[in-house]
Amino acid sequence: MVKDSLLQKEYELGFTYTRSTGPVVGKFLTGLKNRQIFGNRATDGRVIVPPMEYDPETFQPLNDFVQVSDAGVIESWCWVSKPRSSHPSAVPFAWAMIKLDGADISMIHHIVTNEQNRVVTGARVKALWIDQPVGFISDIRCFVLEED
Amino acid sequence: MDNKNKEVIDAIEAPIYLKYNFTAGLAPARFLSQLKQGVLTGQRCPKCDNVYVPPRGSCPACGVATEEEVVLGDKATVQSFTIVSIPIPGNPIQPPYIVANLVPDGANISFIHLMSECVNEEVRIGQRVTAIWKPKEEWDFAMDNIRYFKPLDEPDVPAELIGHLSVNGTEN
Repeated sequence: MVKDSLLQKEYELGFTYTRSTGPVVGKFLTGLKNRQIFGNRATDGRVIVPPMEYDPETFQPLNDFVQVSDAGVIESWCWVSKPRSSHPSAVPFAWAMIKLDGADISMIHHIVTNEQNRVVTGARVKALWIDQPVGFISDIRCFVLEED
Repeated sequence: MDNKNKEVIDAIEAPIYLKYNFTAGLAPARFLSQLKQGVLTGQRCPKCDNVYVPPRGSCPACGVATEEEVVLGDKATVQSFTIVSIPIPGNPIQPPYIVANLVPDGANISFIHLMSECVNEEVRIGQRVTAIWKPKEEWDFAMDNIRYFKPLDEPDVPAELIGHLSVNGTEN
């Protein structure tokens, strides 16, 4: 039997989950809907963004929410020159750990810029919000470099 | 779910989509090509003589390739069944309906298909059924060329003979 007679078909298997956020992640997402970014204060005083449900050291529930800035500093980054279909940006971008002003722990998001050489550790970035936030991480369309 | 009108977010849609490019392989491709012609086929193991449908190209018991193609009949026997009462998202069939393991005459294992034109409460193991095919112009490389199986007015097959009938429905 020749190879041409093999049958092929594309198909997609979908698990259409709806996930409960719980009160902590829910608070974070509700904040995003209002263009606000919330973290919470750990037992040792550090502000963690996005907020954690339990303290990473003492395992106590964390409820002390703190609003942080939607601008901050690049702590580390990785340039993606050929984005894949599942990536959040169709154009080249940087994955980045961003420490928002007021936070002690950096948060992962992505930076879009056509000035790749300005993506460096220590550079300042700010959130670019979508027009109508819905309460999801992609309400922050991306981070962009602040002007010098 | 729509979070647009929610003041407090308590749930998010988090679907996972797995995209496959399925290659049927030699044996299933033969099987599906025959189905497109309106013929149900299996493959016989050269060692143990079992006939598998749909064929996978080898005998899982003997570990040898199955080459001989066997044309099976449209008639089959109910080996087991379930009455589905709960709607499944994305499935257009309205419950209650019957999903059954059916052994076609001439084969030794069952496949899963639908039963219809039947009284659900009277479906039973050993019941005789026959394939109802779609109109010929709708035939594709697909098992749902057979729309469903419906009961036949034939005596039930004793449990010990299910999966052991010849292609003409007689005891081997």
